[in-house]
Amino acid sequence: MSVSKEYLKEQREQAWRVELRGKKKNKERTAIPRVKMTEADPNERTHSYIEVNRGLNIEEAVKEATRCLDCPNPTCITGCPVEINIPKFVKRIEQREFLEAAKVLKESSTLPAVCGRVCPQEKQCEAQCFYTQKLNQDPIAIGHLERFAADYERESGHFSVPETAPSNNIKVACIGAGPASLTFAGEMAKLGYDVTVFEALHEIGGVLKYGIPEFRLPNHIVDVEIENLRKIGVKFVTNFIVGRTASIDDLREEGFQGFFTGSGAGLPRFMGIPGENYIGILSSNEYLTRVNLMDAANPETDTPIISGKRVAVIGGGNTAMDSVRTARRLGADRAMIIYRRSIEEMPARKEEVKHAQEEGVEFLNLCNPVEYFADEKGRVKQMKVQKMELGEPDASGRRRPIPLEGSEYLIDVDTVVVSVGVSPNPLIPDSLPELEVTRWGTIVVNEDTFQSSIPDLFAGGDIVRGGATVILAMGDGRRAAASMHEYISNKTKN
Amino acid sequence: MNKIVEKEHFSERVVKIVVEAPLIAKSRKPGNFVIVRVGEQGERIPLTIAGADIQKGTISLVVQKMGVSTTKLCDLEVGDCITDLVGPLGQPTEIHQVGTVLACGGGVGVAPLLPIVEAYKKAGNRVVTILAARSKELVILEDEVRKWSDEVIVMTDDGSYGKKGLITEGMEEVIRREKVDECVTIGPAIMMKFCALTTKKHAIPTVASLNAIMVDGTGMCGACRVTVGGKTRFTCVDGPEFDAHKIDFDEMMARLAGYKPEEQEKMEHFLQQ
Repeated sequence: MSVSKEYLKEQREQAWRVELRGKKKNKERTAIPRVKMTEADPNERTHSYIEVNRGLNIEEAVKEATRCLDCPNPTCITGCPVEINIPKFVKRIEQREFLEAAKVLKESSTLPAVCGRVCPQEKQCEAQCFYTQKLNQDPIAIGHLERFAADYERESGHFSVPETAPSNNIKVACIGAGPASLTFAGEMAKLGYDVTVFEALHEIGGVLKYGIPEFRLPNHIVDVEIENLRKIGVKFVTNFIVGRTASIDDLREEGFQGFFTGSGAGLPRFMGIPGENYIGILSSNEYLTRVNLMDAANPETDTPIISGKRVAVIGGGNTAMDSVRTARRLGADRAMIIYRRSIEEMPARKEEVKHAQEEGVEFLNLCNPVEYFADEKGRVKQMKVQKMELGEPDASGRRRPIPLEGSEYLIDVDTVVVSVGVSPNPLIPDSLPELEVTRWGTIVVNEDTFQSSIPDLFAGGDIVRGGATVILAMGDGRRAAASMHEYISNKTKN
Repeated sequence: MNKIVEKEHFSERVVKIVVEAPLIAKSRKPGNFVIVRVGEQGERIPLTIAGADIQKGTISLVVQKMGVSTTKLCDLEVGDCITDLVGPLGQPTEIHQVGTVLACGGGVGVAPLLPIVEAYKKAGNRVVTILAARSKELVILEDEVRKWSDEVIVMTDDGSYGKKGLITEGMEEVIRREKVDECVTIGPAIMMKFCALTTKKHAIPTVASLNAIMVDGTGMCGACRVTVGGKTRFTCVDGPEFDAHKIDFDEMMARLAGYKPEEQEKMEHFLQQ
């Protein structure tokens, strides 16, 4: 379901776009330097949960949008997993039609305020930008502009609700309420379906709520996007575990004709090294869930959290960065990243690494934990780490870390957060023995249609991919909706 | 949703509540638990389902006042609603016809033991149940347990009711006089540890139902992890029941105390209000 070239061309030839292009020469546009987003001061932000990136103001956004050349062949769109019509919304910003810009985003994206904040644009849309590809200059700040348009609309209070097809009274169910399901739900509601989202936790949003911290993605922004889904008729049921509270068969009996599972990869991995179950050693999922979902740092809430003074976070992904920066905010004097490769190989976004460094996080690279030691109460007090060196590239294309014998040394710690990856949640596969899964526990789907081995069950996001990104999950949800629509339409015709 | 329809005080600190949850009542099996949250500022805590009535669409929970969350839950009255209630969670108890089953319950652990005793009896086993408590007032659900047991032995630490002594003394007595094929134990960790040591001596297969610290209860965080046979398992999805002879009880007890200072802080804050 890719956007047709003819359609894009037709849109590009609209009078307002032609006029806008005529206003400035390309040379003038390319001479404008990329705008920098204001950030909260590192000293101030490490003592609060305020959002670090402050967003663009109107003049900054318009100036940045002016840089965009409105290319005849907009390669940026191919870099976006949900294929937002990027030049169209960017040009609406240049034209100062900010609410129109927000409308363009909503044509393709269910969660623009979220994606503008958490997508790794440097690997997606911005990597395909003409500036990156041909001019060897900084790309258009597409992510910043997306965020600007979505925030502008929210703050203006003039929400546009996407148009929906007349109701077809066909019930479909989403399992899980993370980015994949929310996107699927939005797309199906636009097509006229009666959509219900079932969520195991007491809050909607999945990783957007329990995982990504307030300083990167405030919960109230996620709530606004969820509210928009309610406005187009999506129903939400919390505290409901499909396969447990009721089975898929029970739901079929209630008239649900299609199921989409975006139940995610929520199962944390541990390393299996001695002492890993001592008190004070926890998964990043537990650590972040306590702080983000349960608001444990707030004395008014009932959920406790360990606020360590010497915190080691094991891993080099975005979750590790979120955890270590959270540790600083909880009052850690020493917040350390322990990662077995070098800083260049870290899977975390460069921006997150930079923010962590500014906030005083220590990076212990080429270093891996091998054992933990505890006091007489079983509380972790030290960890033994081993130095590593990089060898030949492995299957993932990254250079393999090789332990250096005899290089072990001890580090004093009182809290360890293990952030070495997640596995697919087994709840859905466990409740459906006939469902085909891989040996890693991910659900097997047709690559084009996202249909599983059970014909009325579609799946997308991390339950299919293992731990991936928010935007890939959203892309899956969008494509799964299109193919479930086709599946149900064909079935009703026959 | 989740309205409390019945409340009964077993003792000053132990309360039984019956709550509306028709879907859970229908789908739960012996050994399953639920996660509850009281109030918008509340934490998520696990409670084993003590019974269910499919017709009425209710489940019953037995709660002991321990900290902030259980106090808030015990203070709810008939007509109040529990903010969040999700389940059924965990693997159900594997019930077979094995012959004679020795069921050992301590304190409020008797509540989750009750549906298991009932299921064992209905599966055609001879069931001998030992109820243990510190003193007479803390013996709960005796009549209900009697209904599904061939014999009930009550043990109290202070001898104020039944026989004086620890649960293991009662167990030894039964094992001495008849062949026991299987044992199940639910109660404080220290009690389950000694039950397991007792049956291990006699090579009687034993399962223990663990009450670990949990957050989500769906396998997402690993707060409830426990070492069983040298391997890390998650109590919420792999358990809560495990082979009692393979559980590292000392590690489990240490982990249960993992948030003690932080929990006390929350409790003091709660009491000040």
